[in-house]
Amino acid sequence: MKNILILGATSEVAIAVADLWAARSCNIMLAARNVNRLEPVKKDLTIRNGISVSLLEFDAEKTESHQGFYNQLQVKPDVVVCVFGYLGDHDLALSDWQECARILTINYLGAVSILNAVATDFEKNKRGVIVGVSSVAGDRGRQSNYLYGSAKSGFTAYLSGLRNRLFKSGIHVVTIKPGFINTRMLAGLSTPAMLTAQPKQVAAKILKAVNKKKNVVYVLPVWRWIMLIIKNIPEAIFKRLKL
Amino acid sequence: MTKNLAGTSITNWNNYPRKEAVIESPLFEEDLTRFLIEGEPFIMRGNGRCYGDASLYSGVVSSLKLNRILQFDENAGVIRCQTGMLLSQVIDFILPKGWFLPVTPGTKFITVGGAVASDVHGKNHHKDGSFSNHIVSMRVLTPQGKIVVCSAHENSELFWFTCGGMGLTGIILDVSFSLKKVESGFITGKQIKARELNEILDLFDQFKAYTYSVAWIDCLKKGNSFGRSILMLGEHARKDEIKTRKIYPNTSGTLSVPFNFPSFVLNGYSLKAFNALYYAKNLKRSVQTLTPYEKFFYPLDSILNWNRIYGVNGFVQYQFVVPQKNGREGINTILKRISEQGWGSFLAVLKQFGSQEGLISFNTEGYTLALDIPINAKLFSFLDELDKIVKEYGGRIYLTKDARMKPEIFHQTYPHAEDFTKFLAATDPDKKLVSYLAKRLELK
Repeated sequence: MKNILILGATSEVAIAVADLWAARSCNIMLAARNVNRLEPVKKDLTIRNGISVSLLEFDAEKTESHQGFYNQLQVKPDVVVCVFGYLGDHDLALSDWQECARILTINYLGAVSILNAVATDFEKNKRGVIVGVSSVAGDRGRQSNYLYGSAKSGFTAYLSGLRNRLFKSGIHVVTIKPGFINTRMLAGLSTPAMLTAQPKQVAAKILKAVNKKKNVVYVLPVWRWIMLIIKNIPEAIFKRLKL
Repeated sequence: MTKNLAGTSITNWNNYPRKEAVIESPLFEEDLTRFLIEGEPFIMRGNGRCYGDASLYSGVVSSLKLNRILQFDENAGVIRCQTGMLLSQVIDFILPKGWFLPVTPGTKFITVGGAVASDVHGKNHHKDGSFSNHIVSMRVLTPQGKIVVCSAHENSELFWFTCGGMGLTGIILDVSFSLKKVESGFITGKQIKARELNEILDLFDQFKAYTYSVAWIDCLKKGNSFGRSILMLGEHARKDEIKTRKIYPNTSGTLSVPFNFPSFVLNGYSLKAFNALYYAKNLKRSVQTLTPYEKFFYPLDSILNWNRIYGVNGFVQYQFVVPQKNGREGINTILKRISEQGWGSFLAVLKQFGSQEGLISFNTEGYTLALDIPINAKLFSFLDELDKIVKEYGGRIYLTKDARMKPEIFHQTYPHAEDFTKFLAATDPDKKLVSYLAKRLELK
């Protein structure tokens, strides 16, 4: 039986991931801030699947707590899904350092600090799978969200390097790049339906990517082409665009 | 409710009325408390299968993401689940374990919270009563932000005003209810044709012993065949009655109506043709059947978006009950008025209710008739006229199906209307939980 650790478990994508793995008889560790909110999910997964589900208090922003958090896990995970993120308020962050630092910390430093702890353990035991949910926003910095984008860009680069380093130890690293997701993060923004994935769709992609050992996965394939075009626009032109 | 979100156009199953609303879909119970304390007034909404304005307001909070099982006692057959769990999700979980819903309406695509707020009934009402009869207890978040456990024995006033209270007494958080033991997912049925109204009403009495009974009735037929019907009876099939098939059938596939039909598709001729064909489908007077539960309970669920056949203007489902005393005369008079008007639908359903507890529930011992009518310019004045006849016979209109009743009709026909309004005024002084139905019927 596999043990799955989900970091940032209060998002809809995370819950959908838990549903899918629980239905495959995996034990689930749900880690998030105010994690008691997930008590109904815990009960439901336990009743339906007869598995063990634990709720763990975890704050992505408090990087100093991460090594200790990982050390105190009684059962070490076989799969770690790092799904937390913080879109933040870009315009506010331009003038407010606290908001800016929060965006950078959660999306980049927080992810790196917890995954460093995971990677060290996995490497020692020569097994495990790490899934990082990054973003298409990290593929190229754009004026509308380059703070979030640059943090996700750093995270994508980190995952790429981690994959490279851990390959020889038999550890697989998956980078997931959702486009728009129909969740709380985008509540109120209307996004084009063709470009917007449902949380369940993202979750199914994550499981498939783990099973098939995919490296970098765009949840909706159309995003691979969109980002290919965006990445290839010459900088001289790109800097004049309103993106 | 927060104010910063753009409004969305929203309507319930009958496409009338259509309103602008700010919609929230919280993932956690604690969000509900926050909305009550900090936000604008709103109404809870489940899967939008009611036929009117009961779950519509400028602020709407969807319960659909609060859909988890919290407790299940497999031996006793008691389940506790969150408000937004669909009955279809409940069935998928309990049926393979040998349990079924104690009461189910004609669609399984409603939420548990909605089932309580409407106090839904099913084809077994004469035997088992409505949904509220099977509730062990529930947790309600009152408009003032307090979580109260209630049941028929504990905080019973809140309990009975919440069952059938259309979401106005508080937010139903989770419900514990007892299930019905079954040996299979099949129904052994019997269909009996009745040539006219008195015959069908006699048949209801004659076949009272059956757990499930309901009749399809032709509302358009006049003269000798006035009220011709097909009575459909059913029992949960025993294991030994299922010979070749799996005991628990797989969920069946669905068709979909892809767009709204133009309004000329449904007219007197097409409806009469449909009704004639439907009545003629059984050649013999009485037919025995063995059907999967879905086909028996939810014949229309297999056609997704069937509401679109009534077109963009929407339709009204008119459902009333007249008490048993003078009930025959009542149903006769009202049906005659409907058949004269010629606006009946191919979905007219007649049922005999048994006795019923409750304060604000629709159900009461007697006959209930439900029919769909596409909206036209003269419809509402015709229905106002019908309301008066229903009132004269001591009957009432089902709020879950209502989009147009006048407030005085409600207040004159529901025996505890005044107590209900007082209860709402006392428990929701700041008017936090409000719907267009509540405004229209002058409940808050």
